[in-house]
Amino acid sequence: MTFSSIVLQFINGLAGTSSLFLVAAGLSLIFGVTRIVNFAHGSFYMLGLYVAYSAIGFFGTTILGFWGGIVAAALVIGVLGAVIEILVLRRIYQAPELFQLLATFAVVLVIKDAALGIWGPEDLLGPRAPGLRDAVTILGGNVPQYDLALIVIGPLVLAALWLLLNRTRFGILIRAATQDREMVAALGVNQKHLFTAVFFLGSLLAGLGGAVQIPREPAQLFLDIAVIADAFVVVVVGGLGSIPGAFLAAFIISVVKAFCIGIGDVTILGFDVSFSKLTLVVEFVIMAIVLVVRPWGLLGRPQGQQRGAGMLSQPLPQIGRRFLLIAGSIVVLLALLPALGDRYLLVLLIDILIFALFAASLHFLIGPAGMVSFGHAAYFGLGAYGAALLLKQAGLPMELALLLAPLVAGAGALLFGWFAVRLSGVYLAMLTLAFAQIVWSIAFQWDAFTGGSNGMVGIWPAEWLSSRTVFFYLTLIVCLGAVAGLWRILYSPFGYAMRAGRDSPLRAEAIGIDVRSVQWFAFAIAGLFAGIAGALFAFSKGSISPDLLGIPRSVDALVMVLLGGVQTLVGPVVGAAIFTWLQDEIARATEYWRAILGLVILLLVIAFPQGIAGFAGRLLARRRSAQS
Amino acid sequence: MLSLRNLHACYGQAHILADVSLDVGAGEVVVLLGRNGAGKSTTLKSIMGLLPPHSGEIHFDGARIDGKAPHDIARLGLGYVPEDRRIFTDLTVEENLEVGRQAERAKTPLWTPERVFALFPNLAEMRHRSAAQMSGGEQQMLAIARTLMGNPRLLLLDEPSEGLAPVIIAQMARSIGELKSQGLTVLLSEQNLHFASQVADRAYVLEKGRIRYQGAITELANDPDARRAYLSV
Repeated sequence: MTFSSIVLQFINGLAGTSSLFLVAAGLSLIFGVTRIVNFAHGSFYMLGLYVAYSAIGFFGTTILGFWGGIVAAALVIGVLGAVIEILVLRRIYQAPELFQLLATFAVVLVIKDAALGIWGPEDLLGPRAPGLRDAVTILGGNVPQYDLALIVIGPLVLAALWLLLNRTRFGILIRAATQDREMVAALGVNQKHLFTAVFFLGSLLAGLGGAVQIPREPAQLFLDIAVIADAFVVVVVGGLGSIPGAFLAAFIISVVKAFCIGIGDVTILGFDVSFSKLTLVVEFVIMAIVLVVRPWGLLGRPQGQQRGAGMLSQPLPQIGRRFLLIAGSIVVLLALLPALGDRYLLVLLIDILIFALFAASLHFLIGPAGMVSFGHAAYFGLGAYGAALLLKQAGLPMELALLLAPLVAGAGALLFGWFAVRLSGVYLAMLTLAFAQIVWSIAFQWDAFTGGSNGMVGIWPAEWLSSRTVFFYLTLIVCLGAVAGLWRILYSPFGYAMRAGRDSPLRAEAIGIDVRSVQWFAFAIAGLFAGIAGALFAFSKGSISPDLLGIPRSVDALVMVLLGGVQTLVGPVVGAAIFTWLQDEIARATEYWRAILGLVILLLVIAFPQGIAGFAGRLLARRRSAQS
Repeated sequence: MLSLRNLHACYGQAHILADVSLDVGAGEVVVLLGRNGAGKSTTLKSIMGLLPPHSGEIHFDGARIDGKAPHDIARLGLGYVPEDRRIFTDLTVEENLEVGRQAERAKTPLWTPERVFALFPNLAEMRHRSAAQMSGGEQQMLAIARTLMGNPRLLLLDEPSEGLAPVIIAQMARSIGELKSQGLTVLLSEQNLHFASQVADRAYVLEKGRIRYQGAITELANDPDARRAYLSV
């Protein structure tokens, strides 16, 4: 690389910093004050692009029209954020943090379909900025003028935010509430107004971050999830709640990415290394390194012990005779279903069973082990890919591939878990997301081995398992057996140690439990069981694709667990059944199934903050206490 | 000015307060005495709306306040200083005061940073210092100063002497005396009978969530039986 190309890549990175910083700063502010991990933040960014596109189209492509359109878009998104806070989140501040997460994810679904409905599925590329359409020559290379404008915008907003936070009453209240919001309320500050205002500000920044990208990047529907992952990484690398940290992290990540693209494909020590392909992973690698070296981020401060993301954990119920009786009858009923001869029902049931196991394995991790994972699909996908690769690349018989594939997932979980258990709370969740994204990127890009974005086809079960009915029985036996095995572990000495470590790490260590090892092992178990589900899934569909590992699938599992109720044993199974069935039903009825699903989730979250099974359990308990 | 009637409060399944009734008159300094876990902090938190009472009524200046949100209760003129001080350590001393600042209230003298610094001169010297770098006594003073910035008419002080050096406790007693002479009403909780008898007019003694004794603080100080029964460890 020459000196001039180094400088040019550096400028490129600086230009990318601004937008990333704007989004991350908004996310950080919202999390700091409201303690909500706002999944919908990426959707605000995406909407910022779309609204800017329309607003500039409306105002006309003059200098005033362009910048006026960008400001208008930011304001519209700010107001939208405030409205969502008032309509949805305000009702669930008392609910466990994970439920708030679920609600924001439902908002993601609704916004995605709203954007699809309003702007259609085509990518929309905005006009170039009037007056900044040309490029300047720096050291022999061309740099777009607009990039230079972006380089100025980021630090300007950073300075404005610094002034706001340090020189105004509103900013001082934000910082105070970030530390102790209850005390702020006891001093006479109306929290509702503060929260709404912070949501307005944070959403405005996300909208602005999207809007300023309009000349550089088309408005696209997949941006919501892509951007939220980026923003998580920036916030975590910079340190939760630190605005300068967010800027520093955005800068580092953008510059490293720019250099990866700039270096391109090179040969190092005889190996062909494609740096440009690394861009998808590199930010997650940076995050993983930072979190292991400095678990609270570059400029963040160490936080107190966070555990289970603020959940009140209750003892698990004892499995009684009645429970076994009911569970047994359901199994018998399921076993009789193939007699109906409804092929479609069997396909749906196989899906439900597989996802019930997947959800149960995530519940094992979130509930009893107290570790929230945003990236559990990594292990589901590793199981699926393991099965496919063992079958196709290693040429093993299907039975052996099915048997060994979960070990692939378990090994992955063992590796990633070693890093993950060093963290807790939101940081742990973000790291799991990062690992899932790394696995996804590898599967997505390694065309020769994994089939790249196309995935692999022809992964069919062995001859004797090829009929739907037989495969259904295989799934029934394996999934129910695995779920029962997971439950059995919860009531073993290991399960007690795990739950003790969640409830009070200090006391658990004082009585001789090696909490970190227990958590590590629990992480691996959860991964292994997710792998079983993944391997079955691969054989039930006959094909695999990187989607299996994606963030949306991880979130699906979270939704199943939380929908069913994280405090209960059967919750995840119930949640998986309802979610899979609902998704199937709605997807057949309308193109806008995501919006419907999102609205259903929102309704459920607001109506049943304990989850469906949790709600039913409390209803039962109330009836029982009323009888006695 | 403040009256609690048959107050019950619970944390989950645990019943903390049972049938607590008490009154604080305008201009009085009243102390809630009791051992650890007797329910003193819970009483103050219930008044402030931080732990909504299970049943019973709380009236402040004739208006019923139980069930209201904490910030509404604070704006009516109740100032709360929590037991663990809960200083915003990420903020400077001046910024802490700013968080507590509220609009002027009719018939109540307005507190400004200057007036607060006159009451606690140590704070004036460190107004730009981060609250994280303050000693326990200084943090306690800042906690009171911060609450005064809301111009309260009644101050709820949760164990102001806890964990402080004797010389600071003496200073704290003088400050409370001064607040009283300026017409502020105070309800404080304490375990330190000596400190309480320096500042308070009347006392209630809580034991296991119930009021066991009430009377002038001088009576209690001179009643060895009552002291032994409710306060000695």
